Amino acid sequence: MSADTYPASDASSDPSFADESAAKAHQAEHAADPVMSSAIASNLRPCHHCGTVWEDAPDDAHCEVCHSPLHVRKIDSLNRTWAFLIAACIMYIPANLMPVMTTTTLLDEQQDTIMSGIIYFWVDGSWELAIVVFIASFLVPLFKLVSLIILTVSARRRSSWQRLQRAKLYRVVESIGRWSMLDVFVVSLLTGLVQIEGFAKITAGVGVAAFGSVVVLTMLASLSFDPRLIWDQDEPVSNENAVPSPHVDLQEQ
Amino acid sequence: MYRRPDLIVCEECDAVHRRPVLRRAEIAQCQRCGAEMERDTGSRQQRLLPLTVASLIMFVIANSFPIVEIELQGLTSQTTLIGAVKVLGMEGMSLVAMLVMATTILFPLVQLLVLFYLLLPTAHGVNRPGVKTLLRIMQMVRPWGMVEVFLLGVLVAVVKLSNMATVIPGVALWAFGALTIVLTAVVSFNPRYLWRSLVIARIEDADPVKDGEPVR
Repeated sequence: MSADTYPASDASSDPSFADESAAKAHQAEHAADPVMSSAIASNLRPCHHCGTVWEDAPDDAHCEVCHSPLHVRKIDSLNRTWAFLIAACIMYIPANLMPVMTTTTLLDEQQDTIMSGIIYFWVDGSWELAIVVFIASFLVPLFKLVSLIILTVSARRRSSWQRLQRAKLYRVVESIGRWSMLDVFVVSLLTGLVQIEGFAKITAGVGVAAFGSVVVLTMLASLSFDPRLIWDQDEPVSNENAVPSPHVDLQEQ
Repeated sequence: MYRRPDLIVCEECDAVHRRPVLRRAEIAQCQRCGAEMERDTGSRQQRLLPLTVASLIMFVIANSFPIVEIELQGLTSQTTLIGAVKVLGMEGMSLVAMLVMATTILFPLVQLLVLFYLLLPTAHGVNRPGVKTLLRIMQMVRPWGMVEVFLLGVLVAVVKLSNMATVIPGVALWAFGALTIVLTAVVSFNPRYLWRSLVIARIEDADPVKDGEPVR
């Protein structure tokens, strides 16, 4: 359970893996760029749900702690990501071209797309909000689509290009994706609120459904992408099994 | 198949590390990709139950009162979140209505109720039924709760309307603001760490396994 017991217990359990690692771990910590063994190369299977690490697990094994299946990688990760991405790219077109809402007043009827809503904000003086909506509704989905395409293509080619930067890019994509739901919520609330019969009425347009589907599809794409594929190599660079200790930082509380 | 409690594997890059012994408030990061792997959650986990209860109370208030009221030439109109979802559903936008309902009402509520149930203290040694299923549901639902995005959406809608009508903020608007703050504190707690305290710790208590010894 604790790192204190590591060398003694390990040597008894698995000589092939641990003997060298106990000896080399110390050196590896001070090396400039320690070569890390990945779980897949060390015959280890971490459980995706509870984090328990299993050794020597058979192919169809289930985690004995939480009973979920133990996969080395997410199943069919790249194919699924591609499928969601292509669907999202297709829906991205109607999402931007179709009206997201229709405002009917006594005098006229006005249809708004995502972009015309942003321009309306910009012209009308509240440029701060125009920027917020522009980022959330236009830049974020576009950035997500482009980033995920880069990540998927480079993972498929097992490229070693900028691995750390790509891992960080994936983290950014995961954390910002939800914010593009902004326009869906704005339209929903306006539709629910502005229902003064015969005087002013706002109805949601088809564009908002398309836009919502882009958000959901890109979120599904980023959830089905397995970031560990960024680090996978065809063959291990070295069979050095150094097991380093993680960085430990003091948390701001 | 052996359990290796002495090791920890980075979820994001698969690098193997020795499991560190963390002191108070320490975070262990992966040496290769920098992802957070483990954190000492002691004091945060103690605060989780009160925060969950606070969130549940705010959730009820936020959903039972109107969010905003508009006044136009003497005519008024107001809506709750559920009211907006209903209108969307009636206008033939039932998929969008379901999406809004799931991300702002259903999923956050599921998360809060599951947490509340799991964190309630029990007598020592009593096994809570359904812990594993509920924890997995919580992990699945976590990315899809979007209350904070909804709050920003409300603010944008209010500004949009202020040109056209008089906007009177309702009780639920403030409640949503408070809910966003407490809920952010609750959901920033990664449910992965609950596996350790609620499930794995109990297994180790009941059947102490030495490192690397076969479980079966």
